Amino acid sequence: MSMESRYDKPGLLGTYGRDGLMQIILIANTVLMLFPIAIMVMSGFKSNIEIFQDPFSIPDFTNVTNFVAMATETAFMRYLLNSVLVTGASIFLLLTLGLMAAYAIARYEFWGSSFLLLFFMAGLMVPLKLAIIPLFILFRDMGILNTHWALIAVYTAMGLPSTVFIMTGFIRTLPRELEDAARMDGASEFRIMVSVMIPLCRPAMVIAGIYNLVPIWNDFFFPLVFIQNDALKTLPQGMTSFIGEYATDWGVMFAGLTLAAAPITIIYIVLSKQFINGMTAGAVK
Amino acid sequence: MPAPTSNGISRTPARTPRLRVSGRGLWITFLLVPPVVVMALFVIYPIFSALAYAFYDWQGLARGDFVGFANFEKVLFQQPFAATTWNAFKNNIFVFFALMIIQNGLGFILAYALWRDLPGARFHRIAVFLPVVLSTVIIGYVWKLFFHPIFGAVNQLLKAVGLGSLATPWLGDADTALNALIFVNAWAWVGFPTLVFLAGLQRIPSEILDAARMETDSELTLIRRVIWPLIAPSATVCFVLLFIGSFNWFELPYIMVGLDGSPYGNTDVLGLYFYRTAFGNQSAGIQDFGMGSALAVLMFLFIAVVATSWTIYLRKREIEV
Repeated sequence: MSMESRYDKPGLLGTYGRDGLMQIILIANTVLMLFPIAIMVMSGFKSNIEIFQDPFSIPDFTNVTNFVAMATETAFMRYLLNSVLVTGASIFLLLTLGLMAAYAIARYEFWGSSFLLLFFMAGLMVPLKLAIIPLFILFRDMGILNTHWALIAVYTAMGLPSTVFIMTGFIRTLPRELEDAARMDGASEFRIMVSVMIPLCRPAMVIAGIYNLVPIWNDFFFPLVFIQNDALKTLPQGMTSFIGEYATDWGVMFAGLTLAAAPITIIYIVLSKQFINGMTAGAVK
Repeated sequence: MPAPTSNGISRTPARTPRLRVSGRGLWITFLLVPPVVVMALFVIYPIFSALAYAFYDWQGLARGDFVGFANFEKVLFQQPFAATTWNAFKNNIFVFFALMIIQNGLGFILAYALWRDLPGARFHRIAVFLPVVLSTVIIGYVWKLFFHPIFGAVNQLLKAVGLGSLATPWLGDADTALNALIFVNAWAWVGFPTLVFLAGLQRIPSEILDAARMETDSELTLIRRVIWPLIAPSATVCFVLLFIGSFNWFELPYIMVGLDGSPYGNTDVLGLYFYRTAFGNQSAGIQDFGMGSALAVLMFLFIAVVATSWTIYLRKREIEV
């Protein structure tokens, strides 16, 4: 990096003026991003009267009645568990199936392999939401409408193209020496894949997992259509029920929204680098 | 038993024992069949079915007679459906252009600011991307409460800073409702183009920048003539993904203004109209899978044709570094 040449020339505003302007823009934007989230969290600790009279004051953070109400009087925990189950199963399946396809395409030469890659790539372009009517009828005929299997099936299918895309590219860069050595030792193809190759694929699996985790965890559209049974609702869908139920109690609503945002926010802050790399993976080659 | 070569079956010598070859074929088949079946069953088949369904008359969930293009004719030319379709389409177009300027424009400015690596850049980068990982349902409800005419934080803030005269029922007013939704969408998603542009900027070789800085003193000229052409691939991605997203817009308006695109269809978009048509709503409880499928096919074709040709056009102006 040649930092000097970047800074030693006066520009339009003079370099320092320009950097000052950029810093102001960044700070203003960060305030605009975080202020609404801070208001949401703080309102969760307030009563209605406090929110209406003093919306921007710092609350008493030891007053957790709204959060207790949300966790004990509503099906919040149920929805959370459903979301964890559905997201976990979908990510597991799409990584397993995606790895199988990518491994075959990237590691073996066979007739039609490039066509297969194209077949998966085509799925990247398809907004599956627009196929909701046939999916609805298909799941009804399969008898899995109004079950978690409907969601798991559609999320797995939705995530496969990006997973195959990310993993194929990665597996192709892995050196062949290791698997050749294992093959010399008489290891079976299955053994080579499981004990030699899969451990090497972990970085790509993290990227593909995060790329799909966020849209699956946050999805609202497919449960809206497929799930009617309240006990099976996922968190984003379940929120519409408890928001309706507590429509006049703003403190509880904000507490619920805060609780719902908490899991992914915490994971994001801890793993922000992986999240940013993962979620922009398709866009940044 | 002779170990096969490492190069895969097509390069395996013909002398390799047949059992071993078919064993490998079986192994590849075993790897490929499950993912291919999942894709075929839950992506390919539904997409083609959607196309077929649009040509049938539907009674509830039961498929009736083949009716040719009748469903397409209804949604495109027959009142009152056509008026709704075109009104929604017009709103989608407005949303797309507004977000193109606000979301992608601000995204580029923020990316440029982050790229200068000023103190705190890391923190700003995490902050700008935070709403991107949150569910649209959470974002929609939080902002719906903030936009409440009396108790909402937005009007309260305006009053607190002496701009109370600007306070308005943002989501209930026909003049502001769609703009309020666009603002929320930009707030939630601006982090995405920011980081895609930033990744593009970071990949510009510093030699090119240094050479360019010898030629001009104006940073604006540098941005226009050197930086912008070099990050064209990032721009392609941001533009095309925003286009697809704008014409698939559903969750945010659904949560914030409801299925009818209130007030008076001012926030109605194709996604909402498609859902109402296919799955019904409280006010007009009739569901019509035929017309719904016709809408889905039209949206799909429109998105696919524009997104593909625009990508090809944008790719042409990209430069390899």
